[in-house]
Amino acid sequence: MTAPALARPGFVERAAGVSDSARWLGRLMLAPAVLYIALVVAVPFLMAIGYSFSNVTIGTSTPRFVGLENFRNALQDPAFLKALGNTAIFSLVSQTLVIVLASILAIALQRRFRGKWLVRLLILLPWVAPISLGSIGWLWIFDPVYSVINWTLRHVGILGPDSWPIWLGQPNLAMASIIGVHVWRTMPLATIISLGGLSSIPQDIHDAAEVDGAGFFRHLFVITLPLVLPILLVAVLFGLVFSVTDMIVVYVLTRGGPFDSTQVLASLAFFKSIDGGDLSGGAAVALFLLPVLAVCAVLLLRLARRAEVV
Amino acid sequence: MATVETRALRKEFTGHTAVDGVDLTINEGEFLVLLGPSGCGKTTLLRMIAGLESQTSGDILIGGRVVNDLPPRARKIAMVFQSYALYPHLSVAKNIAFPLKAQGAPRESIAGEVDRAAKMFGIERLLHRKPRQLSGGERQRVALARAMVRHPDVFLLDEPLSNLDAKLRNLARDELKQFQRRLGTTTLYVTHDQVEAMGLGDRIAVMSGGTVRQLGRPQEVYDEPADTFVAGFLGSPPMNLVPVDGVLVGFRPEQLLAPGAPASEGVGPAVPMRFAVERVENLGAGRLLYGTLPDHAPDQKIIVSLAYTVHSSIEAGRTYDFRMHESNLKFFDPGTGRRVPARPLPARRSA
Repeated sequence: MTAPALARPGFVERAAGVSDSARWLGRLMLAPAVLYIALVVAVPFLMAIGYSFSNVTIGTSTPRFVGLENFRNALQDPAFLKALGNTAIFSLVSQTLVIVLASILAIALQRRFRGKWLVRLLILLPWVAPISLGSIGWLWIFDPVYSVINWTLRHVGILGPDSWPIWLGQPNLAMASIIGVHVWRTMPLATIISLGGLSSIPQDIHDAAEVDGAGFFRHLFVITLPLVLPILLVAVLFGLVFSVTDMIVVYVLTRGGPFDSTQVLASLAFFKSIDGGDLSGGAAVALFLLPVLAVCAVLLLRLARRAEVV
Repeated sequence: MATVETRALRKEFTGHTAVDGVDLTINEGEFLVLLGPSGCGKTTLLRMIAGLESQTSGDILIGGRVVNDLPPRARKIAMVFQSYALYPHLSVAKNIAFPLKAQGAPRESIAGEVDRAAKMFGIERLLHRKPRQLSGGERQRVALARAMVRHPDVFLLDEPLSNLDAKLRNLARDELKQFQRRLGTTTLYVTHDQVEAMGLGDRIAVMSGGTVRQLGRPQEVYDEPADTFVAGFLGSPPMNLVPVDGVLVGFRPEQLLAPGAPASEGVGPAVPMRFAVERVENLGAGRLLYGTLPDHAPDQKIIVSLAYTVHSSIEAGRTYDFRMHESNLKFFDPGTGRRVPARPLPARRSA
């Protein structure tokens, strides 16, 4: 009898056992991501919810529950209402522009032409470049004295000798400027997503439309766009969530000025709670759009699932 | 209705020639089948006629008019794709209406035309459905309805039956032929399936390596193959090709007559030919015999097909006295593969 069959399994065998069991291997591999999200997203998120119902400030050590008072205060604050409106304008205008431009770009990029790789690289560049770096570049482009835009416009004769727009210093121009930069920044992702959607349409469908006699616009609006629509919507929702929650462009370019004309909810929450020390007030501002974003997120997940099934 | 003509049509892709100088004329109202193995250039040829692919050189004429540089929509053609290429987001009715709308048909006439096409293909009750809710056979009918709804001059069909299961395919083939007969529209049909080609085509163009090897009526192409490629591509099992004295002798598996089988009439006298049977395959509807001709080519395996009606008992391992009508023997040059004139079969080597 030579049967050491009852020997306890060693570490290697046990590890092999874990990797064999799909259930445990799956959990093990998900763990880092779950941990990361829990610590960096979920904990601050829950803290923010807690703060928004309290009177906590940077100085207090004994927070007190105040119910919806922070939200009531926010609604009575003209700065908040202004930021709410700005957020809507900023997000909607920028994402409308993004989706139109990204679709055009994606359709153009689907064709074969010389130097396509270079164009693709250039389009992706704003996405891969650090946003602070890009924004600082834009800061210089919009500079009140050295603005490249003004210089160019004057030399081609569009700007007269008496006009010299201060891009970041005049309320409407400032909003247009941050929208412009945000479009520049988020278009690459939307383009890539649309490109993915476009290439998922079988060539036969395009050929059939061609043979069936569709001209360019019928082909585009009756066949191509409706077929990429689910995927375009994913890009739109991504862009919307990203625009509503992001403050980097505003922070670097205008700090919300002039006269709060470019203040958005995210930047207002930051200035209020971190710079101003009013943690509870800032939290209430930051959480204000949570229901809207939650709806967006649910829609996003549903669309993503539908795109998977099709 | 129109004729379709290609003149010295060539298509080169980087590194290889897909279509190599094809001259083809499809008569008015004719059903012409392009038959060949995958990669023979038949689909490329079809796509060039459709205008989906531009030719490297040569001319395409539809209805006597050179259409070389016209886009597909200006060629008055309709195409059915292997995948059917139905627009997945549009209902069946809108799929069928699409070509009408695209060519600017008056709005009030569209519904009537769609109904007429749907009725013709028996898909009236599917009009409100989306393509993904249809079976393969139903999709194929929708694709056909969409193709014929605007009365094209030419139908181009790219393996439209290959996604159907075998049972449905026979039925669909028959229907397709009837529709084409009724409409009388010039039709070019691409397939790799010789049964479809034989059954559907008024004429068959057998393609290989980008060229047309033979063009003729189905029986002609089957009985009188122009070269060994055509001989081997048509027929199942294909023609037996036996090297005898520096020439390839070809005959169909069903042309070697078993002892006791009645001789065909009007094809001349039958000569005896011994056949050593190595294996018998009973296929229900007939028998396949595998073996050799010991007197002519003892090393060359051949296949003989016996019809259900032949009751002779044949066993593996024995040699029988079969017969063959000499007029059924075809002769090919072993170097070029081309047909050469018939000659008497060389005498038996051994008694």
